[in-house]
Amino acid sequence: MAGDTRRPDMKAKIIITPKKAVLDPQGKTVQNALEHMGYKGVGAVHVGKYLEVELTGGDKEGARRQLDEACHKFLSNPVIEDYKLEIAD
Amino acid sequence: MNFAVLQFPASNRDQDAVHIIRFLGHSARFVWHKENSLGDTDAVIVPGGFSYGDYLRCGAIARFSPVMQAVKQFADNGGLVLGICNGFQILTEAGLLPGALIRNRSLQFRCEHVFLKTATTDSPFTNQIPTGKLLRVPIAHGEGCYFADAETLTRLKANRQILWQYANAQGELTDEANPNGAVENIAGICNERRNVAGMMPHPENACEEILGNTDGRFIFESLFHALKEKAGVKAA
Repeated sequence: MAGDTRRPDMKAKIIITPKKAVLDPQGKTVQNALEHMGYKGVGAVHVGKYLEVELTGGDKEGARRQLDEACHKFLSNPVIEDYKLEIAD
Repeated sequence: MNFAVLQFPASNRDQDAVHIIRFLGHSARFVWHKENSLGDTDAVIVPGGFSYGDYLRCGAIARFSPVMQAVKQFADNGGLVLGICNGFQILTEAGLLPGALIRNRSLQFRCEHVFLKTATTDSPFTNQIPTGKLLRVPIAHGEGCYFADAETLTRLKANRQILWQYANAQGELTDEANPNGAVENIAGICNERRNVAGMMPHPENACEEILGNTDGRFIFESLFHALKEKAGVKAA
């Protein structure tokens, strides 16, 4: 399959985090654990998701537009999550 | 009455749903997620399970399956749709119900019996529940914590869209009785039009004497009653 061997032209990096108003028990638990382990100065922790999407073709703006739509519609849930999309060459 | 019970890869309460509809004297059949049509159907049940492995988010992938387009159309035409557990998650992801379901506050998968207080009997899903009757039903989920922003919650309350809330044996909506941290102890809601509902508990597993609990029947009897009335109106 061509798609398996071809080097991607670009890579999208998507970081999805829970919205501030949404309960984040995972973040809270990790924060507590860090404190118990003795790490000083630890504040709120938010646990999210990181996605890497390999992209072919050189149209950076077109890719951004498409992935922005996909992030909004599918990859994140705007009711509970925020996302950051970055496209790297 | 004809019920369509959807089947996604990794649905696991689909058999239970079909069984209980038949057990209660109606017909039910499975509809595969790749189907584009629901066929001759009076009501749809979106069953529990872990559709598509719950990858990405619970229900996130199932909502884009062909059958969900048919369900959307069915709901838009006023058809009755009940989502149970993963089905509730799918319906919120699909935008057929407001809000979202997130990880339980305890981070634990909770599998136990709870008490449900019915907030309103004015819906096709609650009309046969006796006033003040607490329903004892099982839950089994890790991501059942209902969340909606303040604006959505205000709208849910104003339109009486909250159908069931977790309560203690005295019917009080306490924190201890809330198994997952759901806002306002919400266990189930309906849409504004009142024809689509979702709930985290499993009434289909609480309808038979042999299981020691038949409280779930009130919910299915409500559905049958609503469908009968609807058919009567159509015929008249």
